[in-house]
This record gives sequence, structure tokens and C-alpha cells, in this order.
Amino acid sequence: MKNLIEVQNIKKNYGKKEAVKGISFNVEEDEILGLLGPNGSGKTTTIGMLLGLLQPTSGQIFINNLKLEENRIQILQMINFISPYIELPKKLTVKQNLYVYSKLYKVENIKERIEYLSEKLRIGELLNSITGELSSGQKNRVSLAKALVNEPKVLLLDEPTASLDPEVGDFVRTFLEEYKKEKKISILLASHNMNEVTRLCKSVLMMKNGEIIDQGKPEDLITKHGRANLEEVFLKLSRSKNEFN
Amino acid sequence: MSLTRIYGLFLRHFYLITRSFPRILDLVYWPSIQITLWGFISNFFATHTTYYNNAVGVILTCAILYDFLFRTSIGFNMLFLEEIWSRNFTNLFIAPMRIGEILTSLVITALIRSLIGLVPAILLTSPLFGISILDLGIFLFFLFLSLYIFGITLGILVSSGLLRFGPSFENIAWSTMFLLAPFGCIYYPIETLPEIFQKIAYVLPLVYIFEEARNILINQTVNIENVYYAFIWNAFYFSLSIALFYYSFNAAKNKGTLINMGE
Repeated sequence: MKNLIEVQNIKKNYGKKEAVKGISFNVEEDEILGLLGPNGSGKTTTIGMLLGLLQPTSGQIFINNLKLEENRIQILQMINFISPYIELPKKLTVKQNLYVYSKLYKVENIKERIEYLSEKLRIGELLNSITGELSSGQKNRVSLAKALVNEPKVLLLDEPTASLDPEVGDFVRTFLEEYKKEKKISILLASHNMNEVTRLCKSVLMMKNGEIIDQGKPEDLITKHGRANLEEVFLKLSRSKNEFN
Repeated sequence: MSLTRIYGLFLRHFYLITRSFPRILDLVYWPSIQITLWGFISNFFATHTTYYNNAVGVILTCAILYDFLFRTSIGFNMLFLEEIWSRNFTNLFIAPMRIGEILTSLVITALIRSLIGLVPAILLTSPLFGISILDLGIFLFFLFLSLYIFGITLGILVSSGLLRFGPSFENIAWSTMFLLAPFGCIYYPIETLPEIFQKIAYVLPLVYIFEEARNILINQTVNIENVYYAFIWNAFYFSLSIALFYYSFNAAKNKGTLINMGE
């Protein structure tokens, strides 16, 4: 399988503080990689560097074999991002927001693309609604539609189901599974929901204090650490003093 | 009434002020600028009571020109701030847009916003006060163009600050125009300013624009040199603002401001 994301020894320092301490990993085509770790472990910083929002202090990032530093625009055309911490303009209707972002990503068949996403994400009835007046679950599906408007090869998800009720959360997870399978995209998923990670991810990276302290398939990590589930593995690793690997 | 709770709420705002240099600056310069500006205006009218006798529309014309500048600059800042307030900033900067594309789009939108405000103001002055800004003739276009470029330049400079320092720079965004107003010689000739202020005023395009507007309306002559110098200084500051925007964008990428902009 081809690697769509290749991260080679990236570091990020803020002054003397080392937020990310030289991590490397790959994400293959048609793979969901989980990025786990306690708050402040460097997950968001890593995602920021992959999105070109943060300049790594050192190291290299390749997306679809293109070096990010030299091909920012070309790479941004093929990736997208969803996070509960960013929103779409609240005063615009859902349709206007999707249309604007379709233009920014130079989507060719905008009408068809919006219709396709509306059907898949069940937002057809929301298209003429004001984005700011939607519920959390509806906003989440609209944000997901925006994140898929450019048919990304790489999708970066930061807590995609945070604050969603179980039903909507399950809908989003099922959608992501099916969409990945259908489009053969790579997904990097940062989440604190261990059930979600166990269900969706082929493998996971455990980060702590800016380092990868363990990695592998969820079931292998559970066996390796002698725990009942991934949540217990997470707790063990995050409370440890980096004696793993 | 609990003094502890009152003190607690006071601290909440006090901490915010002391942790942000732009907020402290904002508190200090507003009164200073207002006093300076109105001091010069009062001083000029006290000593030159007959200056505007033959051209009653001069003040109103200058007010409209200044308003256009103000709206262009604030309009540009607003577009940038809207993205921060709506927490859409990150979405915008992860879209495959070049910095030049973002700036061009904002420049065009700011122009349309300013024109929407300007046209009714121009139309109102004639029936209400019997004054037409069109009396400035063909040079009106060059004066507006100069003001537009400078307004955009200020907008880009403030946006650079927002990129570099984050939302705390917002207060500066609202007040840049007032900061420059005393040096712009909008309502009085440059000679009204103390010598040291005159030196500052001469390196800004504003003084040439407003001097020329007054010259056309009062003396009925055109001094092409004023228009020329306004464009020269505009070209300089515009280039500087673009360079600063790129610098701030790279600095924001190093500092992490782009991913924390909504906070």
C-alpha cells in the first residue's frame, strides 16, 4: 500500500519548550491511524504541522509523495480537516458555506458535489438553514460535508465526535468507515474516545510529552499491556513515566 | 454586596488588561489622540477665522474623504476580524489559497463595502447642504484612489498585527485611523502642526491628499505635485504592508497563532 502521509522526524519547539520531539510515522492509503495521547501531548501541534499551519522546527512531511514545505497549495488541495474548535461562518446558510468552500477548493461540479454530500450526510433539509442556528450534531455533519467538499485524499480529524450524542456519533463513525472504504483515503484521527479508535483505526500512535511512546494495532496494544481494552492501555501509558517501548 | 466577589470580577478584567500590551496601548492613546486632534482643530479655527469663508463645503468634503478612508481601512479589518469571530479562520488558512489571493479578495470586498457607504453620503450632501463633492472634478478620482490605497494599506498592516499577535490586536484595528488623524491634516493646513509633527505628516500620503482637496476647492487650482507625492508614499507604504503581511504569516506559522486564533 502507498503511504499518503509520511512524517519524518518532525520537531516543534516554542522557544525552549519542545512541543513535539522528533516523531516519525506513515499513514497508508485506505487506512485510519489513531493519534492518542493526553492533553498537551502534541497531537494538535502535529496536526497543525500536517496542515501547514505550523512550521516544524525540523523534519519533513510528505503528503502523497509531495514535500509539504515546497508544495503547500498543491497539498492543501488534497487534504481537509475537521475539528470541534473551528466552525463555518454562522450567518451564512449551509448551502452558501458549502458553495463558498467549493469555490475555494476549485470544485468543478459544485451542484452535484453538494447534492452527493447532502444525501450521504443527510443534510439535504438543512441546506437553506442558517449555519449558526443548527444543533451540534447538525453542525458536525455540515462541517464534515465541508471537509469532504474537495474529495480529499487525506482527512485529518481532531475529536470528530466530541460533544455529539451516541446516535449522531455512531452515524459519523459509520459514515467515515464507509467513505474511507469507498474512496480509499487516509485518515489521521485524534480522539479521546477509545471505543471510537478501537472501532475505526487499523493502528494507533500513543503520544506523551511530544513523543510517540507506543504504537501498534489496538488489539496488539491491549494484549501487550495486559489490559482489557484500549482505554485502560491509554490510562496506563498516560500515567506512566515513559518506561515503554 | 460581597467585596470579595466585586474584587474577583475586577481581577478578571484587570488580568486581561495587564496581560495584553495592545489593550494597555488602547487605554492610553484614545484620550491622547482625541485631545491632540481637537486641540489642533480648535487652535486653527481660533487663529484663522476667515480661512474657510469662501468655501463652505471644504469641511464637509474633507469629512467625506476622511470617512471613505476610514471605511476602507475598517472595512478591510472587519473582513479579517469576521473570520476570527466566527472561528472560521483555520478553515480559511487550510484552504489552498495563496496569500495574494486572500489579500486581493479582501481588497475588492473592502472597496465594494466602502462604495456602498460612500455613494449615499455623496448623494445626501447636495440636497441637504447644497454642496457637491464632485466640485473636485476629475482629480476627485485620484484623491479617492489615493485614499483607497492608503486605507487598504492600513488594513493590511492591522491584519498583519492580528496574524502576529492574535485577537488582542483587535483594539488597534479600530483605532488606527484616529491615531493618524492629527497628522493627516484633514481639517486644517499642515502649518497648524508643530514642526516635529509636520515632519511626520510629510511622510504620510494623507497630508498631500487633504491639502490638495482644500487647494482645489479654495484656490480653484490644481497642484499636481500633491497628487504625485501621495502616490509615491502610497506605493512605499503599500509595498511595506504586503511585505509585513508575509512576514507576519510566517511568524504566525512559527508561533502557532494560526491554530489558536479563535481563542
